[in-house]
Amino acid sequence: MLNRNRMVRIGLLVLFLVVQTIMTIYAYFHLNEENAGYFKFDALGVIFMCVLTILSYTTIYHSFIYLQHRKDSSRSQSFYFAALIILIIVMTCAYLASHLGIMWVFIELTTLSVAVLIYHERTPLSLEATWKYVFICSIGITITFIGIILLSIAIGETEITNFSFKAIPDQLLHVNASWLKMIFLFMIVGFCTKMGLFPMHTAAIDAHTVAPPPISAFISTTLMNVGFVSIFRTYSMFAHTSILPWMNMILFSCGLISIIVSAAYLLKVNHLKRMSAYSSIEHMGLAAIGIASGGIGYFAAIFHMVLHAFVKASVFYQIDQFHRNFRTYMINETGNYFNRNLAGAMVFLLILIAIIAMPPSGLFVTEFWIFKALFTSAHFFIFVLALFFLSIAMYCLAKNFLHILFNQTKDLLPAAEKPDPSETWSQYFLLALVFYLGINPPAAMINLIQEAVKNLR
Amino acid sequence: MTNILLITFVISLIYMGIANRLSTYINILAVQGIILFGVSFIELIQINTVNLIFILFETIVFKTIAIPLFLNYIIKKNHIVREAQPFLPDFLSVVIITCIILGSFILSNVITGVHIRKIFFLAAISGLLSGLFIIITRKKVVTHIMGYLVIENGVFILSLSTGNKMTMLVNTGITLDIFVSVLVLGVFVNRIGNTFEEMNVDNLTNLKD
Repeated sequence: MLNRNRMVRIGLLVLFLVVQTIMTIYAYFHLNEENAGYFKFDALGVIFMCVLTILSYTTIYHSFIYLQHRKDSSRSQSFYFAALIILIIVMTCAYLASHLGIMWVFIELTTLSVAVLIYHERTPLSLEATWKYVFICSIGITITFIGIILLSIAIGETEITNFSFKAIPDQLLHVNASWLKMIFLFMIVGFCTKMGLFPMHTAAIDAHTVAPPPISAFISTTLMNVGFVSIFRTYSMFAHTSILPWMNMILFSCGLISIIVSAAYLLKVNHLKRMSAYSSIEHMGLAAIGIASGGIGYFAAIFHMVLHAFVKASVFYQIDQFHRNFRTYMINETGNYFNRNLAGAMVFLLILIAIIAMPPSGLFVTEFWIFKALFTSAHFFIFVLALFFLSIAMYCLAKNFLHILFNQTKDLLPAAEKPDPSETWSQYFLLALVFYLGINPPAAMINLIQEAVKNLR
Repeated sequence: MTNILLITFVISLIYMGIANRLSTYINILAVQGIILFGVSFIELIQINTVNLIFILFETIVFKTIAIPLFLNYIIKKNHIVREAQPFLPDFLSVVIITCIILGSFILSNVITGVHIRKIFFLAAISGLLSGLFIIITRKKVVTHIMGYLVIENGVFILSLSTGNKMTMLVNTGITLDIFVSVLVLGVFVNRIGNTFEEMNVDNLTNLKD
């Protein structure tokens, strides 16, 4: 009976992955086609849809490993995968939505479906994190909704109100600037809950800490991409109005404070998953700064989000293996990972190189572009501050990762489980992708990103 | 008539500041549901019938009956102490909520250039901020949901002021979302009640650096 359930589950998941892949390929070849009036295969959506499809394969694979080791009941496994599939579908819809209200609905739905997954382990801690996540995200999304209503009041003087992203910018041209500022502020604060930017970053951190590692990988990458897409679309909507410099200032402060906060917490963090979560906050801050500095910054921000997704996903997949070996996430209780699990330790080493943006890594290229954009737009003060706090963050990440890899303390607990090197192929694949895309980005991808930012120049 | 109803709504916010018992909070929420019913009935009478029935159904059945019953059920089931246990003295709460209302009054008089009825804007913004204030200053998890519902009521008033600009489909989706999120919050409150002895936010402070 159990075996049959398992077979059915695998069959359905494979079917789902095939459909998702076909959808992605279809979307790529039908770029800029409108579907059903509310969805559009535009370049920005398709880029992040591709990232999501690639990561769905690895996340489902690692979810299988995770659930197998936890020995969950068949029922709770089915629950897990059902919620995971709903989450993937909802995120795809949120990327592709071409209507503000529809995007809002799907962003709200991501909160609800990911809540089930965060609560999977059923411990008091996971209950606390799920409660905080759902509550803060609900309030955030309500604040965004207020922004949307204010927007509809502002453009309501024309007869027909059209809320598609294509039609909104033209209707905004005659609206009073202080009203526009208020709308932008409400909408950004709400979307920050999803992206994990400064005023609302706390919910995501706690969710990372207790969620199953494959789900943390999703929260930290594709779900933050949902936030990024929504902020990017909101920004492009307002980009042709008179409040552009003011918007840039807001995004600069959100981004810079995110980097400062993450650097401050990284200095004392001792929980490996929390550390990775703070590192995500730092990268989100960089992406926000990239958008705000304009020029090549738009391009760099999108590229940065794509590469960050691949790196951060592999971090969390490896953390799952790490946890099964040590039975703890606390960094100071672990060490000597090189002798315990060579394949996993190599992954951590490559991740360290990738995430602190050392040259062969693709993130080096994007961070270089972001700082170049900052420099050419003459924001020297922000340039210096961001660089300073970024180097603190890099130092902390390097210190902690090297502690895990090389600490030779004698009284470590014995390895709870013999690691299986074959579980690391997905991480090597994703990291290879990061290095390859940094050195030699394919022309198709460059064209897609350029298409996505062409309205902003 | 709309003005009187909206002013009653704002007064109910002040009353929430001094309410001690949880059942008073629930009653206030029910009364707010009726007020919203009245306002939407007066304002939206000229839109198409299906949409109107939908909105009236939402305010009466959902906001006035279903949610208060659901909250009562949660309180009974989890044996929650019937007092709100605010962190601040009542007097201060009233002063702060009054300041919020005054602030929204000033804000709604400052904005120019956009066609909006000031009383709606005032009621909505005071609802939003008072809801946030209640969430911050009350100790229980249930009162957090009540604060969230006050925010929702404020948003509802704001969306009434736009008339019927949003399409029906979007409206339905949004309502559905709010409905589901309240249900999800309720489910988790029950879980919190089962896991911890008391449903205070003090129990929810284990996740930190």
